[in-house]
Amino acid sequence: MVVEFGHFALVLATVVALFQMLVPFWGAQIQEQRMMATAKPAAIFQFLLLTVSFLALTYAYVVSDFSVANVVANSHSTKPLIYRISGVWGNHEGSMLLWVLILAAFGAAVALFGNNLPLTLKANVLAVQSAVALAFCIFLLSTSNPFLRLDNPPMDGRGLNPILQDPALAFHPPFLYAGYVGFSIAFSFAVAALIEGRTDAAWARWVRPWTLAAWMFLTLGIAMGSWWAYYELGWGGWWFWDPVENASFMPWLSGTALLHSALVMEKRETLKVWTILLAILTFSLSLMGTFLVRSGVLTSVHAFAVDPERGVAILVILSIFVGGSLALFALRAGELRQGGLFSPISREGGLVFNNVILTTATATVLVGTLYPLVLEGLTGAKISVGAPYFNLTFVPLMVPLLLALPFGPFLPWKRADLAAVAQRLLVACLIGLVAMVATMAMSMRGPWLAPIMMAIGVYVMAGALQELAYRVKLGSVGPQELMRRLWNLPRSMYGTALAHFGVGLLVVGIVGTSAYRTEKVLVMKPNDKVEIAGYELTYKGVAPHRGPNYREQVGAIDVARKGKFLLTLHPAKRIYDAPPQPTSEAGIYASWQGDLYTVLGDAQKEDGGFAIRVYFNPLVRFIWIGAVLMFIAGGISLSDRRLRVGAPRRSNRKVGQLAPTPAE
Amino acid sequence: MRSDFLNRLASAFTAVTVALAVLVTAQPVLAVQPDEILKDEKLEKRAREISAELRCLVCQNQSIDDSDAPLARDLRLLVRERLQKGESNQQVMDFVVSRYGEFVLLKPPFALNTLLLWLTPAFVLIGGVLLARSVMLAARPATESSPGTVEKDLTEAEEARLKKILDDGTAN
Repeated sequence: MVVEFGHFALVLATVVALFQMLVPFWGAQIQEQRMMATAKPAAIFQFLLLTVSFLALTYAYVVSDFSVANVVANSHSTKPLIYRISGVWGNHEGSMLLWVLILAAFGAAVALFGNNLPLTLKANVLAVQSAVALAFCIFLLSTSNPFLRLDNPPMDGRGLNPILQDPALAFHPPFLYAGYVGFSIAFSFAVAALIEGRTDAAWARWVRPWTLAAWMFLTLGIAMGSWWAYYELGWGGWWFWDPVENASFMPWLSGTALLHSALVMEKRETLKVWTILLAILTFSLSLMGTFLVRSGVLTSVHAFAVDPERGVAILVILSIFVGGSLALFALRAGELRQGGLFSPISREGGLVFNNVILTTATATVLVGTLYPLVLEGLTGAKISVGAPYFNLTFVPLMVPLLLALPFGPFLPWKRADLAAVAQRLLVACLIGLVAMVATMAMSMRGPWLAPIMMAIGVYVMAGALQELAYRVKLGSVGPQELMRRLWNLPRSMYGTALAHFGVGLLVVGIVGTSAYRTEKVLVMKPNDKVEIAGYELTYKGVAPHRGPNYREQVGAIDVARKGKFLLTLHPAKRIYDAPPQPTSEAGIYASWQGDLYTVLGDAQKEDGGFAIRVYFNPLVRFIWIGAVLMFIAGGISLSDRRLRVGAPRRSNRKVGQLAPTPAE
Repeated sequence: MRSDFLNRLASAFTAVTVALAVLVTAQPVLAVQPDEILKDEKLEKRAREISAELRCLVCQNQSIDDSDAPLARDLRLLVRERLQKGESNQQVMDFVVSRYGEFVLLKPPFALNTLLLWLTPAFVLIGGVLLARSVMLAARPATESSPGTVEKDLTEAEEARLKKILDDGTAN
């Protein structure tokens, strides 16, 4: 009954979406206020209906209703509650429902908080947003309905893939989707602006917080996925340049570019055309990511041909929205007026540089991801494009970007003096150099490039801090005045500094673990010892253990440093009950210097020993700490009064860059 | 009929799951086994370098260094065997390619059919720089520009004047 209710709510949401697409749009065309005003209640109603629908499906999972085909295929009665819930989006149908739900949530948020938007713009934005929702609702109902019942329900379900039964992965998809789908707002605003043929600074002021929110979620979602891969896949890799990862990384890259170009548009009313194009491209990449992941074309071009129904449906949706919006862009972009003038060496110039590099990086990832598919489709020739390609193309692109990054916030708008800024950054450069020397002193081995990259990472971090120091004129004022100035700095400035600091930290982590990782692979018998990175490890043996829905063999490895016992690590090998599939659980000891990472391998037939792998991954935590800092930085920026979603526009008070923000 | 439907459901197994097919087909990753490791450390290091560039043919986007598939193990042993015969890294790679085709290379060679793959980043970068340059040069202040001007680029003299105007603007 509940399931039917959810099904019905989904159908009703589709009808509402159709209404919301047509009526407000038409109202905006003929300037009929009442028609435009329907957008708000429609968006909220659509969101409520989809929430009901989603909750109904969740209910079916929680109570293990095995008369629902989707629950049978993806759940099992012995699964812990959290994984019964996460199983809702651990499959195609449920995750698409979540996708639409988040889309509607963003639409409803615009409807609720957008009271100060011009009525026409708001109507158009919500109509475009609803068009996307409509397409995906129809897609759900026609090809991927999660509410279908079975005539003869089985006794139990088939279970969720054990590799997905993990806390980080349980919440990875919702964050990732919130990121993907969040860019739909930027897209809807861009298309609405093209329909109206005009934009202004208010447009950018509106788009930026939404883009920032989406970017935050995407950052965290990607970081969670990477973190999960790190400890779950059993060898400490954290990024694989896998097409699925690339699918989420491309919108992140172009979304990052969009954040920066929207800044120029808001402050200087220039780069309008480019910002609008970038908004369209970013959401298009999100849609393409959905297509790549859902359609099966990644497994092989042939898998796509075997089950083409869904793939073709998403491809059609993709073509309509990407093609349609780009065509509209081609038609209307010329009508948008360009704004202020600036010299290449200026804040604007710096942000343009950021955009050129990030766009090139996006294009590189795109071509590397799609090239094998396209080539095979066209010529039948099979080639592979993997990590070595991206390391050779993507990584060098990041070097100039990172070098330029600390300059950005120091550059004034319109026109800047590069030498003066470089002088200000002298301290950061020196700190970077010190880091380079320290790295070389600590470890002679590793690639010659590593100390340089390490220096760049540290320089980015130092540069971010130095910007704050410069803003408060550190050193020239007393402690009380300093505190007052720190307090009065706009939060967005803290956000910028923290995010850039996070980037530097991320670089340090990546370089540390990629260049200086050590590994030992060996067969160990009880009480065998091995030493790695200053730790002495003693293998104690293996014991069987029974979990809620799996059996496992748990190893015990004592870790000591300088003869002092630290802790016992428990790497394990699991076999899940349903589906019967093995997974590996690494035993990890985390410290600031790096992670000691142990994996239990196979029992050796001959001598009763176990294959054991131990790794030391220096500084690896900094990768995720950096990403989390970026997330927090986004939150701090969002809390800035100027950006706060729905904050009433302040009347013409002269709020300069350094003017005190009202205490909250 | 019904089982057909179920089969389709199963075959279209999931969002994240399809996405992670890579990882799913991978059993707990064990990659290099203790018995494979060469005694000669330098040789072993070269073997690892080569392994990271070779694709496990039965996996999705995994190098033989990361994969625990039996075929990957065979390839790892093959690489080590050739290295022990004294071949150079390139000779080993060439041998593997001659056996399994270019599909085995995770970094495709620069060739006619990979031209766009390798050149796209450069094209986009150059295009982006040129576009940015033209935007910066063509941008006119919305209110100050006289509507008649059509020049795309500024001459040096104009640029100088521009800077002067800008300086005055910032001085105000």
